[in-house]
Amino acid sequence: MGETSLLAALSAVIRRDLLLAMRRKSDVLTTLFFFVIVVSLFPLGIGPEMDMLRKIAPGVLWVAALLATMLSLNRLFAADHADGTLEQMALSAVPLGVLVTGKVVAHWLLSGLPLALLSPVLGLQFDLAAGSLGVMVIALLIGTPVLSLIGAIGAALTLGVRGGGVLVSLLVLPLYVPVLIFGAGAVEADLTGLGATAHLSLLAAFLALAAFFGPWATTVALRIALE
Amino acid sequence: MNNRIINWFKFASPQTFYPLAGKMIPWFWALTAIFGLAGLYLGFFVAPTDAQQGEGYRIIFIHVPASWMSMFIYLVMAFWAALGLGFNARLSGMMASALAPTGALMAFLSLWTGALWGKPMWGAWWVWDARLTSELILFFLYLGFIALQSAIDDARRADKAGAVLALVGVVNIPIIYFSVKWWNTLHQGASVSLTRSPSMAQTMLWGMLLMALAFWMYSIAVSLTRVRAIILERERHAGWVEELEELKS
Amino acid sequence: MKWNSFSEFLAMGGHGLYVWGSFGACLLLMVVEPILARVRRSNALTELRREIRARKESQDETTS
Repeated sequence: MGETSLLAALSAVIRRDLLLAMRRKSDVLTTLFFFVIVVSLFPLGIGPEMDMLRKIAPGVLWVAALLATMLSLNRLFAADHADGTLEQMALSAVPLGVLVTGKVVAHWLLSGLPLALLSPVLGLQFDLAAGSLGVMVIALLIGTPVLSLIGAIGAALTLGVRGGGVLVSLLVLPLYVPVLIFGAGAVEADLTGLGATAHLSLLAAFLALAAFFGPWATTVALRIALE
Repeated sequence: MNNRIINWFKFASPQTFYPLAGKMIPWFWALTAIFGLAGLYLGFFVAPTDAQQGEGYRIIFIHVPASWMSMFIYLVMAFWAALGLGFNARLSGMMASALAPTGALMAFLSLWTGALWGKPMWGAWWVWDARLTSELILFFLYLGFIALQSAIDDARRADKAGAVLALVGVVNIPIIYFSVKWWNTLHQGASVSLTRSPSMAQTMLWGMLLMALAFWMYSIAVSLTRVRAIILERERHAGWVEELEELKS
Repeated sequence: MKWNSFSEFLAMGGHGLYVWGSFGACLLLMVVEPILARVRRSNALTELRREIRARKESQDETTS
């Protein structure tokens, strides 16, 4: 018994999810490989002219990051739902919102963070200027948590629903559009010398909004799914 | 005073709403016809030829009302969904589900007419301007709602899940619209100006308003028809359904 | 707005295809959609009739 502090519960959930993911590294690695492959498809489809690739680089990297994040959403709740852990979480004394936040943080640590750290390498493939590579990383670091937070709502809504994977994409991609616009826009603004501060500030505002409302909406959606 | 409150909640049950909706539908069709004919008359026989766009601009009498309705219906849908979620009211959830296909139709019509307007005016079947792009994303939001509800077998869960999605969508729509506008101005995309200010003739404005009213009455008529179907599907095991007049024939 | 002839009305100053393509699509959708909603309701009624009949028959079987 005794009182579990919210922070302790949060870190316990994060540690558990990270541990589980480490035991099956394939999930995390396939997300990263998907990111790399999708980025490489664009030059193959459009042609290798460096001028054009440089122009499309921010957009391509961001779209690939969106798609890769989306693919990884189903492992947010599916495994725990299947073995009953999720129901236990819903019944526990710790607020479900805290537990959900923990899972989303773990999800980001395993998808968004690696994507952001990998992006400079892929940016170099597109001859993205070195200074802008830094902006790319920062934009992804701020933006990908938003993707995880919004994605969690979609994952919770489609829990156990047939065709869930594709359905999540349809639900979540329209909601991702603002992050895409300002994330890619930040890098482009930096490239054209206008400065990325405005874009990055807006992304940070999205993050604050999503961090506040996302877990709450996800909790509501989970309770609906678990009824 | 007390009576009025009780009467309102009486219509919150599918059993009492079903016949009420049935009686209201013909009236809304009548209103649709009246506003529609008035709007079309203004649109074709009163509104003058546009100085720059010739006769092709008359598409706005469909395009603008469809856009307005697509956004309005989403708001109403989200409203009913929120009521259904908050008060656990079955009928509210059914109303939200009934509205979605009509909203999607309006969004599609807005996109279709937008393309047909754009081609003669600006030379391309599609221009990535802020309004059309936002409309496209709204269309996707409608499709997502419909897809989610049809994928979930349990009706109550489908209602509630759809409600959460609709509410998340409603909060995001201003953000999406703002982002797309920013994106559009940044990339100096084609500027499609729908309202040719300041020279929009009074008659054009009136024509659009009348058509918008017609579309509104139409939407109510169709969604009431659809909600009656939904009520029958969902309440099939209720006693009052088996006593319906329509079944005796 | 005075149209000098019906063919002028149809032509819409050269933009006939676009104008009538729009109004035509609108008319088509606004005819099809209510029909589909009506059909959905009559299908529901047919289903109900079938269910009621099936239930009555099984009741008759058990009582007879």
